[in-house]
Amino acid sequence: MSALAVDSLYKVFGKGAHQAVAELKSGVPREELTNKKVTAAVIDHNFEIASGEIFVVMGLSGSGKSTLIRMLNGLVEPTAGSIWVDGVELGGLSNKGIRELRRDKVSMVFQHFALLPHRTVLENVALGLEIKKTPSAERAAKALETVEMVGLGGQEDKLPSQLSGGMRQRVGLARALAADTEILLMDEAFSALDPLIRQEMQDQLLELQKTLRKTIVFITHDLNEAMRIGDRIAICDGRIVQLGTAEDILMHPANDYVSEFTADVDRSRVLTAEAVMEPFPGTDTSDFEKVESDTLVSELYEQVLSSEDPLVVVDESSDPLGVVTPRAIIKSLAPENDSPEADQEPQQA
Amino acid sequence: MIEYLRDWFWTYIWKPLPDMPFGDWMDSLIRWLRTEWSALFSGIEVFLETIYFGLADALLWLPSGLMILLFAGIAWAAKSWKLGLVVGVGMFIVGWTPYWEATMETLAMVVVSALIATALAIPIGILASENRIASTVTRPVLDFMQTLPAFVYLLPVVMLFGIGETPGIIATIVFCMPPGVRLTELGLRQVDREVVEAGQAFGASPARILLRIKMPLALPTIMAGLNQVIMLALSMVVIAGMVGGGGLGSQIVSALGRVEIAQGFNAGIAVVFLAIFLDRVMQGLADRTPVARAAAMAR
Repeated sequence: MSALAVDSLYKVFGKGAHQAVAELKSGVPREELTNKKVTAAVIDHNFEIASGEIFVVMGLSGSGKSTLIRMLNGLVEPTAGSIWVDGVELGGLSNKGIRELRRDKVSMVFQHFALLPHRTVLENVALGLEIKKTPSAERAAKALETVEMVGLGGQEDKLPSQLSGGMRQRVGLARALAADTEILLMDEAFSALDPLIRQEMQDQLLELQKTLRKTIVFITHDLNEAMRIGDRIAICDGRIVQLGTAEDILMHPANDYVSEFTADVDRSRVLTAEAVMEPFPGTDTSDFEKVESDTLVSELYEQVLSSEDPLVVVDESSDPLGVVTPRAIIKSLAPENDSPEADQEPQQA
Repeated sequence: MIEYLRDWFWTYIWKPLPDMPFGDWMDSLIRWLRTEWSALFSGIEVFLETIYFGLADALLWLPSGLMILLFAGIAWAAKSWKLGLVVGVGMFIVGWTPYWEATMETLAMVVVSALIATALAIPIGILASENRIASTVTRPVLDFMQTLPAFVYLLPVVMLFGIGETPGIIATIVFCMPPGVRLTELGLRQVDREVVEAGQAFGASPARILLRIKMPLALPTIMAGLNQVIMLALSMVVIAGMVGGGGLGSQIVSALGRVEIAQGFNAGIAVVFLAIFLDRVMQGLADRTPVARAAAMAR
């Protein structure tokens, strides 16, 4: 069973929302709705998120991504469609039921941290436990453990205003982790941070995820970030324009909206050896150096340069899949190769 | 042409109208209240007089010298030793004038009025911040309360309660309540939306969000409102003196009537030092709210 599922979900703001949904269902683009006073934020979203997956929702501001994430924990009510969290449909829950679901199953990290300025780091982290009415000794122990887990050990008695942006967001992350929910919603969680700190936080999130295996819905407007951390990425513009893995989106962008984003992505950090490899040249390759199929292109440079022959790409059971040549690597890095036709070439050769 | 219009209005609009009735309606309403609801009003009177006289007696129970030290101590504890010194000297000067007793009565009246006004203002402010309709209804009512000249509502209050402390206290409550309501509403509405959302996202109930998240964050603004409530209450005591409110107000009113400059000035000094004491102590308390302290630490 999927941890989170969304079925033909719509959110339209303003009076006459239901009529607008009917129009959108018949395929009218959101710019051409007859009622100009409504805003269609989320249009016909359908997806399932597996347990332990990092699902990234990417889009520009106004693409409905913040509305979407707020519907997943019931902060915003959908206009139409349904949401299942851990097999429970949100629409069928009372206010109390929704509050219990938020306490026990879904927690959230906010763009501007949303910490209580008058509470210490430890007290902020314990917020979720406090609301759950966890006994205070257990609460303090658990909060302290989480504070240490995100690398803020020793800072637990400071106030948020005494911390840097990156540290504050670690508090936000710790608060969500301390609540011990299976699902973590992250609303532009790293967008307000400096680029270097942002990268550090991404690494930390991935590191934590290795042991925690949470189901994470991550909202961002930065495709580089999306591709770094996402198992799957949904690109939104009201509707979901494309949903797939980072590689899918990079190699086969669905339309111009998507390829505009992919143009400035660092492709070498997304594409793997398997994605850029060419078919066997037909000669004996048994003496060639081997690389794992999921090695990133950025990690192949040295090996390719130092080797006379192409590298052989092997899968987990060491079966050869294809070869990587310097030419293949250079070709993969040029965005012109985006179009599906260009992509077919190596196979025809 | 204009003359013609004026004549036309006079002949066809104003002259046929009966006398303007709003004032008469108010008059009959007050008379009706006085006869039919007299039990309620005497109850209110007993209640207000009990706490007012109780507090005034308590303030006058200790000798003035000890009270001066007590005021200075409160100021020291609330803000700093410098303020303690200023308040000590100020209160000493007040004790030096012949109006120590009147000053304590005034202080009691300000405290009673401000406490009741606060007890009413904060719940109304909370309601107005949560509910759009309540907010739209309270706004014009507050404007009305603040702009209607105090003498105008003193009249019906005196009719209902007679001359004495009660009408003074009630007029003061009406006059000083609006900023309490307004700043409570403002403070609660200004709380960062994301922080409230965080409370919701972790499953907090609306009551918990109000008490544990919104109120602490709005407290500095609410305290600023309460400071204004107290200052307005103090400014109202002179007018309360006109209806037999006692305290410094009646001293000033009688000084005004007899053109006694010395008496008026002495009572005026006492009002000023009382104002300094109340204002600075409230400011000191506002700076001590957890949120204000956290903000100060960031600097």
